[in-house]
Amino acid sequence: MLIKRRAFLQTGGLATASLMLPKFLKAFERSNLVPPGNKVLVVLQLSGGNDGLNTVIPVRNDIYYRSRPHLGIEKEKALTITDEAALHPALTGFRELYEDGSLGILNAVGYPNPDRSHFRSMDIWQTASGSQEYVYTGWLGRYLDAQCAGCDKPTQALEVDDVLSLALKGNRIKGIALKDPRRLYDSSHEQYFKDILADHAGKKDEEPVAYLYKTMAETISSADYIFQQSKLRPTTATYPDTELGKNLKTIASLILSDINTKVYYLSLGSFDTHVGQQGQQQRLFTELNDAVKAFSTDLKANNRFQDLLMMTFSEFGRRVAQNASGGTDHGTANNMFLIGGGLQQKGLINPMPDLANLEEGDLKYQVDFRNVYGTILKKWLDASDREILGRPANYLQFV
Amino acid sequence: MIITNQLKNQHLMWRAGFGPMAEDVNQFRHVSQKDLFKALIKYSSLKPEYIDVADNMLKGLMMGIGDTARMQKKDLSGDQKKELRKQSVQDIKSLNLSWLNEMVNSDAQLREKISLFWHGHFASRNLNIFYAQLLLDTIRRNALGNFGDLLREVSKSAAMINFLNNNQNKKDHPNENFAREVMELFTMGRGHYTETDVKEAARAFTGWGANLQGEFVFRKFQHDDGEKTILGKTGNFDGDDVLDILLQEKQTAHFITTKIYRYFVNDQPDESRISALADRFYQNHYDIKDLLETIFTSDWFYAPNNIGAVIKSPVQLLAGIRRMLPMQIENEEVQLLVQRLLGQLLFYPPNVAGWPGGTNWIDSSSLMFRMRIPQIIYASDDFQMKPKDDDDQMMGMRDMEETTTKFKGVGKIKGGQAIRATIDWDKYSEQFDSVPESSLQEEIGRVLLQTTPALQTSTLQKYTDRSSRESILKTTTIQLMSTPEYQLC
Repeated sequence: MLIKRRAFLQTGGLATASLMLPKFLKAFERSNLVPPGNKVLVVLQLSGGNDGLNTVIPVRNDIYYRSRPHLGIEKEKALTITDEAALHPALTGFRELYEDGSLGILNAVGYPNPDRSHFRSMDIWQTASGSQEYVYTGWLGRYLDAQCAGCDKPTQALEVDDVLSLALKGNRIKGIALKDPRRLYDSSHEQYFKDILADHAGKKDEEPVAYLYKTMAETISSADYIFQQSKLRPTTATYPDTELGKNLKTIASLILSDINTKVYYLSLGSFDTHVGQQGQQQRLFTELNDAVKAFSTDLKANNRFQDLLMMTFSEFGRRVAQNASGGTDHGTANNMFLIGGGLQQKGLINPMPDLANLEEGDLKYQVDFRNVYGTILKKWLDASDREILGRPANYLQFV
Repeated sequence: MIITNQLKNQHLMWRAGFGPMAEDVNQFRHVSQKDLFKALIKYSSLKPEYIDVADNMLKGLMMGIGDTARMQKKDLSGDQKKELRKQSVQDIKSLNLSWLNEMVNSDAQLREKISLFWHGHFASRNLNIFYAQLLLDTIRRNALGNFGDLLREVSKSAAMINFLNNNQNKKDHPNENFAREVMELFTMGRGHYTETDVKEAARAFTGWGANLQGEFVFRKFQHDDGEKTILGKTGNFDGDDVLDILLQEKQTAHFITTKIYRYFVNDQPDESRISALADRFYQNHYDIKDLLETIFTSDWFYAPNNIGAVIKSPVQLLAGIRRMLPMQIENEEVQLLVQRLLGQLLFYPPNVAGWPGGTNWIDSSSLMFRMRIPQIIYASDDFQMKPKDDDDQMMGMRDMEETTTKFKGVGKIKGGQAIRATIDWDKYSEQFDSVPESSLQEEIGRVLLQTTPALQTSTLQKYTDRSSRESILKTTTIQLMSTPEYQLC
């Protein structure tokens, strides 16, 4: 009886209640808690247009070396994965993942009428719109709209950052951006704000006032829940002391806590290598490699790796030919990495890009990225991809 | 909210400037919008002073190079480049704060506000203080002038030439970056040109460069002077010709006018009003002052649905607080941290499209931080937030700034930051001297807010210190500035 009363008195979320319940009762918790074994998506955005051809290198293709007399990476220096493909030298951890069947590579992912402007192409990828359409909601935001009807804690999608990306902005619901749970909690838990919110309850406003209050309400209730969850089972593994390392560590702790979050979003950049590409990619890929390696190792050690699907993408690839400044200019289709313990297809999932049949010096896409999203939404997240993307998807088989 | 004359004047000050100054508020009860706007134009038409913060040693370095450069084609050595970059990062911080101070203190409010708009429109990042200073000056001098002149001068600025790689745009290896962005972002907007237009325009801009002194240089031997076809016109165009072609397109007037409307009037565009404004803008050969005057003197500008309808940008929020609450900030640099945390750091736009604005300023963490700022200032409270490291597309240039700003002293949490400011409450409270205590709180609300807050009297009283008139004033002010409604203007 004592336990029950205390559970009612808690002002925290369901998390605190769950601490009180003996283990065998966990199965009866409300459905918006994710029981262990449930699938999670981590989207890692490589911002700026990463040069895919120097990431997954077509080492047997002469055209590649002819187009890039200085920028091409020699076969001997790269990390071989098949006889026609090798990874950038800094991606040693990725090669290990490849070797144990935890890495999938989709080549030449793009969309019709590709846009080569950062702003526009990133919007297209984040909104999953057609290249001539202007959509102001993100695909993951619309996922929240579809999944989150009536829930007061829209924490199903979290971005580890201070600023929320368009990808997580839905029509009605937005994801929560936080650099870390503690900070979000501290900045939102003042009594004054709670009082204002109470004063506002029931009021009908015009925009943008309504938007401000909605954001406020969601933030306060979510901050509480996330913070409580993050304290449950924080990871003790070692992560590199880089931005990406810290962010993935935050995500790992939340995954291990079984918080109701299904999607995590984060980014790394800038990959916009018009000049000095070699040094820039080396530096960024080292950060990427070490952080992802630590993250994968951590989740494996905790038996959650099979529940993870991590997806990397960039708003476009870069031109096949190098430019006059030690770099490459904006291009079109690009590769995507898929990482996790639940992949049904591993390694090179589709053929390497065709460098002989270019569209004005750029790659033609083989796979429409919206089909990748659709596959993940339906098969991994068990969501209505057609409703979210506004079109039927041709499902791929990687999950 | 009742639309009083005072409210309308405040509305004008918030849109055509950075908000009302405490000492001006009493005038706002009586003065007409027409006269207020006249005063704004008068001060804003004066030539701006050049903001020069570059370090003296750096200047010496550049002058020394300049002399030798004229004799032999010399470039900076690797070490000198490093020195320039490192010092520039420091100097750009000073430039940021100097300009912010102008926004707060200058009477040329309209000029600084429209300059801030152009600063976001012609977004660039440069790790070269000279280039950054020069570009800022170019913008401020032309901000209320002719858009064609502004476009030309900005396009030929060392800052833009370097940022969009035009200096690497050569006849045998064209670099399309500038050609693309000048069409997409600076003039017509997406969907009004083809990829071929971009490629051809890039050829026209070949040979454009800038020297170490930040002067435009045309390198003839790198210029492709062949025939080009751009937007249906054919000729042996050079860069200037292309800019002319872009200005001849009415779409340019429409695109710019739409942006200006959404920034200064209402995020929801009114297409018929915008068309009328755009036509006028085009016919007046892109006279910016005329466009703004038309907007700010129209009746519809003061319509209820436009008042309190805009979400303040972070810089506007910060400048607005400082204008209303005169203060001395001991650790001025903390304002850079605040800008970063709220997503708008001057001279570091997130990408070449600038800051999207509107509801983009607001999400879970930015909203909470914005509402905490007045309390943080007032009580020298502690806060712990780290800004985003580098944003998306920055032409590969990493943010070199290491913001390990740790402010010791105030604050319980080790390593937290604080805004150590002394507010001149006497100066602030003067404007309320004639207001009886019974209506003091209401009047403060009318001065600070452009829309009626949801905050109820009972809550307001809960947090008001009634021990003296002064304490009522202070606690009411800080409370009202901490509301969601204060984020709007």
